[in-house]
Amino acid sequence: METIIQVQHLKKHFGSLQVLNDIDFEINKGEVVTIIGSSGSGKSTLLRCINLLEIPDGGKILYKDTDILSGKLSLTEYRSKVGMVFQSFNLFANKSVIENCMIGQVKVLKRSKEEARKIAMRHLESVGMESFADASSVRLSGGQKQRVAIARALCMDPEVLLFDEPTSALDPEMVGDVLEVMQKLAKEGLTMAIVTHEMQFAKDVSDRVIFMDQGVIAEQGTPQQIFEDPQQERTKQFLSRYFDR
Amino acid sequence: MSIDFGRAFEIFTENWSLFSFGIQNTLLFALVGTVVGLLLGLVTGALRAIPEDPMDSAFVKVLKKIARFVVGFYVWFFRGTPMMVQALFFFYLLRPVLGWTGFSAGLIIISVNTGAYMAEIIRGGIQSIDVGQSEAAKSLGMTTMQTMLSIIFPQAIKNTFPTIGNQLIVNIKDSCMLNAIQVTELYFQSSSVAGSNMRYAEVYFLEMVMYLVLTTVATLILNAMERKINQTKTVTIKDHCA
Repeated sequence: METIIQVQHLKKHFGSLQVLNDIDFEINKGEVVTIIGSSGSGKSTLLRCINLLEIPDGGKILYKDTDILSGKLSLTEYRSKVGMVFQSFNLFANKSVIENCMIGQVKVLKRSKEEARKIAMRHLESVGMESFADASSVRLSGGQKQRVAIARALCMDPEVLLFDEPTSALDPEMVGDVLEVMQKLAKEGLTMAIVTHEMQFAKDVSDRVIFMDQGVIAEQGTPQQIFEDPQQERTKQFLSRYFDR
Repeated sequence: MSIDFGRAFEIFTENWSLFSFGIQNTLLFALVGTVVGLLLGLVTGALRAIPEDPMDSAFVKVLKKIARFVVGFYVWFFRGTPMMVQALFFFYLLRPVLGWTGFSAGLIIISVNTGAYMAEIIRGGIQSIDVGQSEAAKSLGMTTMQTMLSIIFPQAIKNTFPTIGNQLIVNIKDSCMLNAIQVTELYFQSSSVAGSNMRYAEVYFLEMVMYLVLTTVATLILNAMERKINQTKTVTIKDHCA
């Protein structure tokens, strides 16, 4: 199995707070990895370190065996291959829906506008947002924005797509739409790493679940192992808050 | 204490060519000062607003520090001294070297002076934009320059447009200080008309009316531009989202 991202001994602190403490894990091609854990456990920071929105204080991140911090790989090229979907959508407010999906293709991948438009339309269709192509991105609902954000990331043909709590800022009735899109992508074989609080979704969609606690990976395994037979006391405690209510 | 309106109107028509020459120059200095000042402000404001990137090499870090210091000094100096004094100082200081006229010196001074104010306006505009916008651009692989030009500047300019427009109004009026270095703008022309006709209240009354007309027209144009900028594209909702 081809490893796309390999994280080794990753460390990150904010001031005196050690957010990530010696993290080791990998993302393999075609795999869906979900990262769960309580707020402040370091899940989002881990994801943000992977595409260098946060700069690690120690350790290595290998992209197909090349250390991304070594300077051998151009940062912009690397980032174009590692897509990111944010909790707060972050659609470009001065761009329409289709322009949001085209700008990266034109500026970074140097595609022609016609080609970029075609590809953008295809991905907008796959998330069910094609009829909003010319709409201003600020006028959409949260669920619509997030689906456009996913399409925008897909337009770059990423090797792996990182999701940072993609449904946490959504109204409950919109969560389903976004999860449905992500489920579809998972089935199509897209490599994904997802930080989420949606436990049922994590259970359904993941190949592997990582439970983080206080800056370390406390436990990882298949959804069955983690959700049905957790070994660690803290994993059990965390999950009981979701499932035993 | 009285104004002879009849006489004022006569002076106005008799000296219209002088006044209109002054108005042209006032508008020229205000427009050039505002536009060039805005461009200067975009560069300097961005230099002040860009946070340190931990991925920068040591060389770039030092470069950014120096740039920030230079820009800080620039803003401090040009906002902290009167434009008239700046105009006089630099005009006489550099005349032996550049051999420039008051006209070209004035164009440069008003631009550089406005740039210092614009730097602060743009810096505020950039810092008011959610950091998620540039993070999203980064995550697509866009460079800092691409992000600034396509995502950050358009939004910063839109958000600060009323304040940027205000600088045009300020410049229409403040360009009168450039009379000190012989720029024949509206105030300069009015003063000569006043002197040659020995009618001070009447001429300065005319001058104020002319300034008011200029600033009012400018305000109306700016308001129209602002409405245009704030028009978001209309949503065309088709079929399935009834």
